[in-house]
Amino acid sequence: MSKFEGENLLQVIEVRKSFGGVKAVDRVSLELHQGEILGIIGPNGSGKTTLINLITGFVKKDSGKVFFKGKDITNSAAHKLADLGITRTFQIIRPFHTLPAYKNLIPPLYSPRVRQTAGGKLGDRDAVAIDILEEIGFERDAYVPYKLAGSLPLGYLKRLELARCVAMRPEVIICDEVFSGLSIAEIVTMVPIIEKLQMNGISLIMIEHRLKELFRVANRVMVMNFGEKLAEGIPEEVMKQKNVREAYLGTEAAPC
Amino acid sequence: MAKQIGTFERRKERLDRGIKIRTERLYAILGWQEITYLVMPRLTLILGLLVLPLILGMYWQKVLCSAGIFALLAISFDFLAHYVGLVCLGGAFFTGVGAYIVGILNSSFELSPAFTIPIATIGGGLICTLLLLPCLQLRGVYFAMVTIIYPIAATRIIVALNIWGSTEGISGLTYFPNVWIEQYFILGIALIVLFGLRRLVGQDYGIVLRGIKDNDQAIRASGMSIAWYKAQAVFIASAIGCFAGSYLACLYGWSGLSSFALDFSIIPIAATVLGGPGTFVGPMLGAFILTPLSEMLRAIGTWRIVIYCIILLVFIVYKPEGLMNWAQRKYHQFEHWVEG
Repeated sequence: MSKFEGENLLQVIEVRKSFGGVKAVDRVSLELHQGEILGIIGPNGSGKTTLINLITGFVKKDSGKVFFKGKDITNSAAHKLADLGITRTFQIIRPFHTLPAYKNLIPPLYSPRVRQTAGGKLGDRDAVAIDILEEIGFERDAYVPYKLAGSLPLGYLKRLELARCVAMRPEVIICDEVFSGLSIAEIVTMVPIIEKLQMNGISLIMIEHRLKELFRVANRVMVMNFGEKLAEGIPEEVMKQKNVREAYLGTEAAPC
Repeated sequence: MAKQIGTFERRKERLDRGIKIRTERLYAILGWQEITYLVMPRLTLILGLLVLPLILGMYWQKVLCSAGIFALLAISFDFLAHYVGLVCLGGAFFTGVGAYIVGILNSSFELSPAFTIPIATIGGGLICTLLLLPCLQLRGVYFAMVTIIYPIAATRIIVALNIWGSTEGISGLTYFPNVWIEQYFILGIALIVLFGLRRLVGQDYGIVLRGIKDNDQAIRASGMSIAWYKAQAVFIASAIGCFAGSYLACLYGWSGLSSFALDFSIIPIAATVLGGPGTFVGPMLGAFILTPLSEMLRAIGTWRIVIYCIILLVFIVYKPEGLMNWAQRKYHQFEHWVEG
């Protein structure tokens, strides 16, 4: 199917989560291969974000298992997973409002993972932070990295979420709707950044509603509906499937 | 030529003084004037505090010592509330633990203040942190509500178990050798804590703590345990509080239930509101204003609480930024009138 058939980097087996009587995620399995971009799409409320929360340890799983490089990480705490190199962005952006944008990258740069992988030598963390921000589209000449995060427009804050992941020197980045709320022009500048991350050997999982832009970068997509996996495969083929079109376009009355 | 349309009113223009460069660290200093500009506020504070014991009388020297205690507590409160996001209403718990450790060590093992105070500072900090550990997952008002219980529960437990002198407290503790050590000790420590914490919150470590306040989930996503960093912050704050308590015990030669008094929780908060939250020096000055004020108003008894309330009310409603935030802004800006 896709050219990334090698080792499973991340393997999720039948994870399940219900909130009260609602099955938010119901026995969903997925694999992420080394260097691959996996898109996750689905209507609102189909459990995409919950699935991410389950994988990254932010929400406790009811059942199921998660493996990273063959190691069982099912019950690891969220910060331990970030320490292993599985980072995530938040759909509802979570910047440090009272700090300048570049200071937002100090916590990830100060984290045990980066301190260890950098071998004790990172140089000035402020300078590293500004370099990362510049690479991700903060104009240094306009002093954007120095502005308070609380005063930045949404486009920059979404980038800041991504920058926080990049600063972790991750192996996997899980993006929860980094394109949403952005203008077409802003998305167009984001796509090359995502492609560049992939070229640097980072594997990505991207939850998106912007299908056109997602399909430009994704190697494989997975469709979710009502907490279940509906389909999986390369983008063009998946979107041809009848049940996927029904979930998106709603040809029949949705069961509820 | 058409005449330019516009209003020609006089208005005040504010300009930031250009000394501080954007990175917050570099200063472009162009001569002694600017050095003076930078050093003056700090020097005034340090020299002012060091001169105070020399010009005050016996009675006011004691007041200065208790002002120092409240200053430390206020700085500790400000650190936890403004930089870590943990609003701790149980400052009295720290002083109480510190005071009782000194009391027990001094009465049972005859240790001098030179040993009891450091032990009480570090040991008390550890005890307080361990006891607060279960609450560290709480945020905001919930943490505040839980912490207010601690000093109250501690007094009840001491009375109920009838230990450590119960309601009488432990008296006859070793005093400081003389009145000068008494004063310069607390003032010196207060200054060290003030400048130390100010330095700390600017370091990368301090940025992580501030990150916890702004957005703790993002700290988790950055691969750091929130609980671990919160515990470290609580240790720093409670060690400062325990130091204040241990000093209190040595100052009055007594540690008892009133070491857990509500005053030690409330006055630091009032001082923080008055002085300017987040500046450290503000809460410290607030304590140096409020403590003498409460001594002066001692004659009118309970009415001073009313005066406190009015001061707090006025500041919270009309100057919520507090004295120091206002003063710093004024100091760092030029103001001049411009036309049009």
